[in-house]
Amino acid sequence: MALVYNEEQQMLRDSAKSFIQESSPVSLFRELRDNGKEWSPELWSGMAEMGWTGITIPEEYGGLQFGFVGAGLVFEECGRTLAASPLLSSSMVCASLIADLGNDEQKQTLLSAIASGESIAALAVGENDRFDPSSVALTAVAEADGYVLDGKKSHVLDGGIANTLIVAATSSAGPSLFAVDRDADGLQIAATLNADNRNTATATFESVRVGADALLGEEGAAGPAVQKALDIGAALSAAELLGISQEAFERTLDYLKDRKQFGVPVGSFQALQHRAAQLFCELELCKSVVLKALQAIDEDAADRSLLASLAKAKMARTAKLAVNEAVQMHGGIGMTDEFDIGFFMKRAGAACQEYGDYYYHSDRFAELRGY
Amino acid sequence: MANLEEFRHQARDWLEENCPASMRRPIESDKDQCWGGRNWVFENDDQRLWLERMAERGWTTPQWPTEYGGGGLSREEAKILQQEMARIVARRPLESFGIDMLGPALFKFASEEQKRRFIPEIIRGKIRWCQGYSEPNAGSDLASLQTRAEDKGDHYLVNGSKVWTSHADKADWIFCLVRTDVDVAKHQGISFLLFDMASPGVSTHPIKLISGNSPFCETVFENVEVPKDNLVGELNKGWEIAKYLLTHERAMIGGFGLLRAGSKSLGQTALETCGDKDGQLADSGLRADIAAFEIDEMGFALTVERVIDEAKAGQGTGAASSLLKLYGTELNKIRNELLMSVGGSNALAWDDGEKTTLAQHWLRSKGNSIEGGTSEIQLNIIAKRILGLPG
Repeated sequence: MALVYNEEQQMLRDSAKSFIQESSPVSLFRELRDNGKEWSPELWSGMAEMGWTGITIPEEYGGLQFGFVGAGLVFEECGRTLAASPLLSSSMVCASLIADLGNDEQKQTLLSAIASGESIAALAVGENDRFDPSSVALTAVAEADGYVLDGKKSHVLDGGIANTLIVAATSSAGPSLFAVDRDADGLQIAATLNADNRNTATATFESVRVGADALLGEEGAAGPAVQKALDIGAALSAAELLGISQEAFERTLDYLKDRKQFGVPVGSFQALQHRAAQLFCELELCKSVVLKALQAIDEDAADRSLLASLAKAKMARTAKLAVNEAVQMHGGIGMTDEFDIGFFMKRAGAACQEYGDYYYHSDRFAELRGY
Repeated sequence: MANLEEFRHQARDWLEENCPASMRRPIESDKDQCWGGRNWVFENDDQRLWLERMAERGWTTPQWPTEYGGGGLSREEAKILQQEMARIVARRPLESFGIDMLGPALFKFASEEQKRRFIPEIIRGKIRWCQGYSEPNAGSDLASLQTRAEDKGDHYLVNGSKVWTSHADKADWIFCLVRTDVDVAKHQGISFLLFDMASPGVSTHPIKLISGNSPFCETVFENVEVPKDNLVGELNKGWEIAKYLLTHERAMIGGFGLLRAGSKSLGQTALETCGDKDGQLADSGLRADIAAFEIDEMGFALTVERVIDEAKAGQGTGAASSLLKLYGTELNKIRNELLMSVGGSNALAWDDGEKTTLAQHWLRSKGNSIEGGTSEIQLNIIAKRILGLPG
């Protein structure tokens, strides 16, 4: 597949850019933050109306089935304005799990509600401070007509606002996934406010009883589907970071051209020119790896995981550079809360960690490359 | 579509019949390369036959127009030919600055008479060219060049010296930037001149590098007479031609960033050389650095691909050459550093003869970020022309 966007995808990008800049500019982010809110239900409705909440979900469940390359463009545009929503958790990651593992009834109930935006699902897999999906101590013990879940999940993205948790557990048969309602008896969800003004939550399961119909797919067989969902998470997280980084970079270039010191624009100083040029090159590489990873998901390529790790690793490293240079090159004003550029650094810091940071993905990259 | 499939079959059949077995091996050392030219001594009959057969078909220059002897292939056909050659590991029959650098410039700027005179011999590998650009006092600031071509009525008289002329001691002809007007701004007094290296007054002296022997030379011109017919394009308008050619050169050098087809990856090399511990390189720091490098290497390869795809789809910005040259060469330096670490003491071995050791590759790679426009110049170009930064 050629590494270009087709006409349909370009149109999607244009309409996404239009919508998000109108409905969720950076000023909306600031407003939410100032008012102690982490997301806007109005924006979420708007995204549902745009079809984004079902953008990759099969048409038979009310989705657009547009593909992940298109979804990536949506996330890029959201990244540019720091638009906060549970789109990645719910409509991409959890939707993928349910589509892969759910039976017809589960897909009908859960997927359609996710596609319409009515239901918000969040994936509860990690149990440690650093992303390590292989370390699942939460247990699922089979009993009469269901299972009992015991354990604790940390840093559940969008855990504070989700109504359904998709929980990774270890049963006697191995890795298993369960759909659990937030109101389940024994389940305590405690949300934390983070530096990027989004929430992540701790979900504590104390003998939470779920029915047999809560199990997604076969017991012990959740591995491959979870792998794919996490690859989707990593690739789309990289897409969002691409938008964040490009926006931060472009604002910085504008500043370099406008800001005058010593009688000249600071952008005329060679040291800054070289650093900006270097960052430009890194961003060009990021565009390539993000597109490739999303194409690999659409094509169900054999090297999908390698390419997802490639994209997230490269993007995470470059995003750090982009936001650091952005604040530094803005000088004192970049350090003020009043100025927007700091928001990009905060969101990038969090997004770099979601679905695995540079260290996680470069390690996985090496492993998949055989060393 | 059907025509392309047919072309593939024809190409495959022709290659099968005409590419000698010994030419179906990758070029491993400088010795394997065929440069052609008046004084070329073929390594063996196969090398000669391979060049002659490909040249006759114009496939040394697949996409050049047939009226001059080129292959006349479309871009798709040329890609198919490349694939079919790669399929049998058929090596390039001719290395040539005439093909890679001068040819495109001649097509764009030369007179019809000059094209008919020079292009067929480039295609057949009959004339070997070298490039006379840099001077001891004109490197990054190439436009400040001083090699003088004085108008003597029926010829130009050339005096001066060039440095970093690759293969000048073996070349038949030179394409040379000369100053033809000393009274105007430096960019406006430069001309593009072609002349025979066998002309009286031309002498070459090889330059040895920190990596050992090299094809580079210093070339001195003492009262060299050059016919006026050998001026390409307009008098004093040579800088435009020079710039055009430099973009092609940049693309050539940027290719160093790519892993050569069929080469082992750095990670694999490390695993084989250093061994593993539970399936992973035992040195976790080295492993992390190799991963970081391979991530950039793969990102770079995908970017080369994307630039080509975008250009084909009419989406290109044309800004790629500096980025690719800059990034590719810096990657190559890192690759060589890691290979030195992986190789340990073995990697330090030196060879004064035909072989180029790892250490010598490592040292030579330092020149990649200097030749063809330094990395710092590429950063300047990106900053000013692509990012629009002032000053």
